[in-house]
Amino acid sequence: MTSNTTTVADGGTGTVPPRRSGVGSALRTMNVGVLREVALLPVLVVLIVVGAVVSPAFLTVSNFAGIGEQSSALGVVVVGESLILMIGGMDLSLEGTYGLAPMVAAWLIVPVAAYGDGTDWSPYLGILVLLAVGAAIGLLNGLLIVKGRLNGFIVTLGMTIVLAGLQNGIVKAQTLFNLPGPFAYLGSASIGQVPVSLIVAVVIFVLTGLFLRYHRTGRAIYAVGGNPAAARAAGIKIDRIKIGVYVTGSILAAIGGLMEAGRVSAVTGQQGYQEGIIFNVFAAAVIGGVSLKGGRGNMIGAASGVILLGIVQDILDLANVSNYWIEAIDGAVILFALVLARVVGGESTAEER
Amino acid sequence: MTPSGQALVEVAGIEKRFGTTRALRGVSLSIKAGQCLGLVGRNGAGKSTLVSVLSGLYEPDAGTVLFGGEPAPRSGNITRWHEWIATVFQHSMIVPDLSVAENVFLGAMSPVVSWREVRDRTRDIMREWGFDIPAQTLCRNLSVEQLQVVEIARALARGSKCVLLDEPTAALEREAARRLFERVRQLTAGGVAVLYISHHLEEVFEICQDVAVLRDGELVLAAPTADLTRDGLVAAMVGDVQEPSAEPNTVTANTVTVRRQASAVARGDVVLEVSGLSSDSSRGRLAGVSLRVHAGEVVGVTGLLSAGVATIGRVVAGAEEHADGEIRMRGRLVPPGQRDVAQRAGIGYIPEDRHAEGFVPHLGVAENATMTITKQLAGRLGVLSPARRVAAAAPFTSRLSLVSSGPGQPVGELSGGNQQKVTVARTLAHEPSLIVAITPTRGVDVASKELLLSSLADVARGSAGQDGGAGQDGGAGVLLCSDELSDLDICDRIIVLVHGEVFTEFTEPPFDRDELIVATEGISQEADK
Repeated sequence: MTSNTTTVADGGTGTVPPRRSGVGSALRTMNVGVLREVALLPVLVVLIVVGAVVSPAFLTVSNFAGIGEQSSALGVVVVGESLILMIGGMDLSLEGTYGLAPMVAAWLIVPVAAYGDGTDWSPYLGILVLLAVGAAIGLLNGLLIVKGRLNGFIVTLGMTIVLAGLQNGIVKAQTLFNLPGPFAYLGSASIGQVPVSLIVAVVIFVLTGLFLRYHRTGRAIYAVGGNPAAARAAGIKIDRIKIGVYVTGSILAAIGGLMEAGRVSAVTGQQGYQEGIIFNVFAAAVIGGVSLKGGRGNMIGAASGVILLGIVQDILDLANVSNYWIEAIDGAVILFALVLARVVGGESTAEER
Repeated sequence: MTPSGQALVEVAGIEKRFGTTRALRGVSLSIKAGQCLGLVGRNGAGKSTLVSVLSGLYEPDAGTVLFGGEPAPRSGNITRWHEWIATVFQHSMIVPDLSVAENVFLGAMSPVVSWREVRDRTRDIMREWGFDIPAQTLCRNLSVEQLQVVEIARALARGSKCVLLDEPTAALEREAARRLFERVRQLTAGGVAVLYISHHLEEVFEICQDVAVLRDGELVLAAPTADLTRDGLVAAMVGDVQEPSAEPNTVTANTVTVRRQASAVARGDVVLEVSGLSSDSSRGRLAGVSLRVHAGEVVGVTGLLSAGVATIGRVVAGAEEHADGEIRMRGRLVPPGQRDVAQRAGIGYIPEDRHAEGFVPHLGVAENATMTITKQLAGRLGVLSPARRVAAAAPFTSRLSLVSSGPGQPVGELSGGNQQKVTVARTLAHEPSLIVAITPTRGVDVASKELLLSSLADVARGSAGQDGGAGQDGGAGVLLCSDELSDLDICDRIIVLVHGEVFTEFTEPPFDRDELIVATEGISQEADK
């Protein structure tokens, strides 16, 4: 090996890489970003046209209020799941939390005659219990997955089964009804024609979207999901952020469950679990461009995913599609939307301009 | 067999665009049987694109690829392509949980696998070419060098007449690199053509008969190595020297006098004190290492890859835990294995592998460069405006002459050297009082190398930033852990590790390369250097 050659100092002259003009490609990057965010827009437009053709009742305020009311519970859970997916995690048990948290709360507040525990707590206390149950489940998941280094899929699969069992076991498969006003308010009240649940869901979407774009913790979520080792090397407390996101996701799932309980003014022993809500949650998030690999996704996409599923469901109802076929069509539409979103938008990215 | 004289692989007028970037502009070159052709160029010069075209991964926009005078098969038809040319990529393409034999015949096994045949043929190839890796070993248990041999064997097993080696020595120790050169000579002697891509010009001079230089996507030079000097080659890679006044923005980066005047360094207080550090890390053990770094001082740590050079850097930076020993920053104990705590104690960290730890690929340049200082940038309630982020990143990206299409361009799209600049910017941004840099110039072109090293030297000298600069009392300490001798030129002292122990220390720059090399091998000099 020649020994004298690599002395850095003898290279001498200070040359500098040429600067390429960056304006054109910066604009291009921006356009691609915008395109991705509205990738589902054409699909939504087509669906609305289809809906208008299928039924004159489709393009009415009350129908859209109905879609909003039915989708808001799902939407809130989708926000939670999207956050968890963005840190590179996965939580199947949001479905269980969605059922168990309102069930435990309702059980503590409704009278014995409505299959309550007989403690007859105040409904406001019940809402606190609901949030606490959600937080506790999220914390347990987070600790097992992050500190215990267990696989998130398996942990939350096990957790789903445990939660569903608890939910059914506590009330012995009965349905809690007669929910007191304050407890049912979120899911049942309306301001004018606009359901309160829809307003709350929209607020949650907007706040989460702003948080992800403009808050340092929100940005850290993208960093942790995009490359955990690099985030750690940059001094980000990745364990704390991951656990925090699991807790937040579960609290959001509990709130979604409260909306659903209020909407049907009852809590069954199988809320969430029975409908298999988690499949719709994942479908909405992924159609909306949230990556299952973490680090990518945004709230505009997630919201479009939720709206799309809501409209499809509504059109199928209005078209009087036979109950026997409704799921097959529903699933086919989800697959179609996924392919279309992929073709139009490519792989979606984080919210960086 | 192709007669030597006729080109085995030939490309003519290759053009390749990515969006608005012309990655290759009419590149033509040819390789003959038994020839070893070096391909050099700075990061972003188009080497990787050319490798991808030659590997059949990219279809060129214009131009032709000829194999033995015939047009090449369609790109994407990897099996046909492999009969002519096979690439040993920088990142290993070995499946760790399969055996050597399975990896050698990966993707080339018959539908019904005859294990005996696969093993026997692997053994034959290994024997024929003088390699010595048992066919049934699990690749997980092999060293980086052995994995490379497996990849070469894979190319030979497919009958490839040309082997493309992309930065083959990047992860090899000096001895292993020497053995690799032997193998390359063996291959060329056997009539195989080798295209050798490297940042290490001395390697090119050592084993290549000819060298081709790419600059900004163009082939600017192709000549026998015997006719060239190193400076001539560097000049061809870098291009004509620009007038400093023509590029006012980049004047600050124009400090290439990297070698520091030892006498000019005033030693400050002790910043870092490490005592009795032990570790059983898989990257190399440590057995009771103690050292100190003063403010304003660049301390090099070097040794063979397995000697614990990277380990001590990672342990000090809090990127990995250690078994025993203490790390103190300005006298205060730093708890082990907590990167965030270490950063708050003032330790900056430039990791060994930038892809693994250096940046988040799909986030923008500005966001990555300011990832360490979001707390300082955020206002009340943690709100962080993108504009502030861009403004905070700007001085660092301009000082390091970082080339990107804008502060929002995802770092994953940048060339290797620019990615490394992002990682360095991220570290400088939080104004550390100690910077731990592990092999900071690995896989980086010559000009970027000088910039990166001079920026580290500047931080130690305390002349770092326009706004603020580094650390207290003038300069930060730098702990530079590297096995690349050219990195160590900026050091004030060099500590040599052998088997995880401090073997010797060089305190008087300039350092003698031969002495350093001898010391890393654990051979002592009688003098108390």
